[in-house]
Amino acid sequence: MDNQKVTVKEPLFHVAKRDNLKTKYKVLIYACAIILALVIGSITCTVIGDRGNPIVFFSSLFNGALGSERKIFKFLKDTSLLLCVSMALLPAFKMKFWNLGANGQILVGGLAAIACMWYMGRGTNGAISDTVIIICSVIASMVAGAIWAVIPAIFKALFNTNESLFTLMMNYIAQSLVLLMIAIWVQGTGKTTLPEINYGHLPILFGKREILTILMGAVITSAMFAYLKFSKQGYELSLVGDSQNTARYTGINVKKVIIRTLIVSGAICGIVGLLLTAGAVTPTIGTNTANNMGFTAIMTTWLGGSNPLFIAGTCALVSFVNNGMSEVKTNFGIQSDVYANVVIGIVYFLIIACAFLVQYKVTLRKKKKQAKENGFLNGEDKKEVK
Amino acid sequence: MILLLQTAIRCSAAFIYGCLGEIVTEKSGHLNLGIPGIMCSGVAGGCLGVSVYMRSLQDPALASYIMIVLVGVLGAFLFAAALGAIYALLTVSLKCNQNITGLALTTFGGGFAQVVMDNFVKTSDSITRVNFSIASSKIASPLPFAENLGWFGQLFFSYGILVYLAIALAIVTAIIFNRTKIGLRLRAVGENPAAADAVGVRVNAYKYGAILIGAGIAGIGGFFYVMDVVQGLYESSGPIEAIGWLAIALVIFTLWKPNLAIIGSILFGALYMLPSFLDVPSQIVNALLTMVPYVATVVVLIVISVLDSKENQPPASLGLNYFREDR
Repeated sequence: MDNQKVTVKEPLFHVAKRDNLKTKYKVLIYACAIILALVIGSITCTVIGDRGNPIVFFSSLFNGALGSERKIFKFLKDTSLLLCVSMALLPAFKMKFWNLGANGQILVGGLAAIACMWYMGRGTNGAISDTVIIICSVIASMVAGAIWAVIPAIFKALFNTNESLFTLMMNYIAQSLVLLMIAIWVQGTGKTTLPEINYGHLPILFGKREILTILMGAVITSAMFAYLKFSKQGYELSLVGDSQNTARYTGINVKKVIIRTLIVSGAICGIVGLLLTAGAVTPTIGTNTANNMGFTAIMTTWLGGSNPLFIAGTCALVSFVNNGMSEVKTNFGIQSDVYANVVIGIVYFLIIACAFLVQYKVTLRKKKKQAKENGFLNGEDKKEVK
Repeated sequence: MILLLQTAIRCSAAFIYGCLGEIVTEKSGHLNLGIPGIMCSGVAGGCLGVSVYMRSLQDPALASYIMIVLVGVLGAFLFAAALGAIYALLTVSLKCNQNITGLALTTFGGGFAQVVMDNFVKTSDSITRVNFSIASSKIASPLPFAENLGWFGQLFFSYGILVYLAIALAIVTAIIFNRTKIGLRLRAVGENPAAADAVGVRVNAYKYGAILIGAGIAGIGGFFYVMDVVQGLYESSGPIEAIGWLAIALVIFTLWKPNLAIIGSILFGALYMLPSFLDVPSQIVNALLTMVPYVATVVVLIVISVLDSKENQPPASLGLNYFREDR
């Protein structure tokens, strides 16, 4: 027999699931994370920029995002576009369907609108009135977006095909589709990009082009809130997300719900595509038209939980940092646009990490002193193996 | 024809690294959508290493072959693994959502690479340009006996060392997965972490290991692309991110099998390079060609889900985090 002692040690941290944390604390945790991230971002910019200091960083950030009337409207427009995409993703996420394909759905929606404007406006030299073209492009973009979203949904419903990978691929197919259509349209003209099309533009409300987009954001957000909260379909899809089996036992047709929800999701993305093409100052389309909003919206939606108000907050935060960084860039003598991504990336990381603190409770290992008092050290907690 | 095949094989190494890195990560049950960002970070690390080494020399033309390859690969691996560590910390320890973390990593990685390349590597500098063209000619230099073997030599021995390293890594990974205890345990972790945990496998250690090594391998792919495929000319992180997304598609296309990854990568490499080989450059044909890899991947994805055979499925717990106290 040897006298080897094996001590069973408690791990340093103990992690347990939390019950619901009060909203007050949640907001506090997230606010701390955002401020911390911006402080880290300011230091990063000071290090990599030619000039400037952390205080200038914050003032430039505010100036760049909200410094003038034009900037405020741009900020509101960007926020509501992002909010629209987030609202498109929200029902899919509630159903636990990972729609990573919003980029593609936006792009085909825009492509459909541009196609209407091209064939009905430019093709007939304006013989068809703008109103008809607008109505057609609204319908076409919604249908196109819905089709792009429903293809993966059908396969998910019928064969349980992995939807996150499928929708991801659909983004790139949409991009090449845009390239293909541009190539067909400009064939023989020697150009590689689409010229702007001056037929069937969306109307300018109240003298500001941005107002239509902002109104759409408000309408879609409140409609989606009502749809999820008060309609039977909204209840059905959240039940499918919680447990497909429970949903099936209650008599819900799961396949139908998956397909129906993704039609809604895709159609809203299609509208965003319409706003980005027919509603822009120079209506045209390229592979970057979606501006990666599909991916950004995934993050804003998830970070905002399932609460439209929080999602609006995260959307505002992201467009605030995005727009503000352009001013920071000039004030700090930084050359590249991509630098904003570093700061936004840090914000994301910290907010994502916060989700852990919200969901789980971390307790440190009991201190030795305390343990001694409780008599743990003398015997009970130490196990001897002979 | 041989030239196309040669270019395809050369280019395929970038895909092999990316795809292999993602396979290793996914086998542990983690879907890392940060691969594009991680590959960018690998570019930053590798180029930083090479640039620091070349600047420390009196005459950069005398730089040693072994040092350049070693410093570059090591730098790429470390920087990429550092980003992998962020991902692992967030998803394994903090149990955050994998898709979100991956996408955030991609956003961050592209910007991070640009910052490093502009401020520390100084790609616009003329010294760096000269240094990088020397370094890339060394890294891409063919095996010494390639010239004597005609077309055979051209096809099989005309590549830089990193191409062979990629193929060797893929084969070694396949052997580790299918023939060793470590591979078996890693696959168990990806399929059913609770069961693996019950048997006594240290689930988190395996996950961390797979994610870090996977990220590091993918990072070498980014470095290889800049140094070999485009001969040291770095302009933006865009093309590298595109390769990263294609690499994620390749993982599905090759059914999570490292040895199939070699063939799949050569196919994707050929499709990627084909537009520059066409006699009549046509925008329409180019657009159609860019679509092919993604459509092919979707078809494979559908076919494996319809067939539903047990062997060709994604790891069962892919995308799900493991929390021991959950039932």
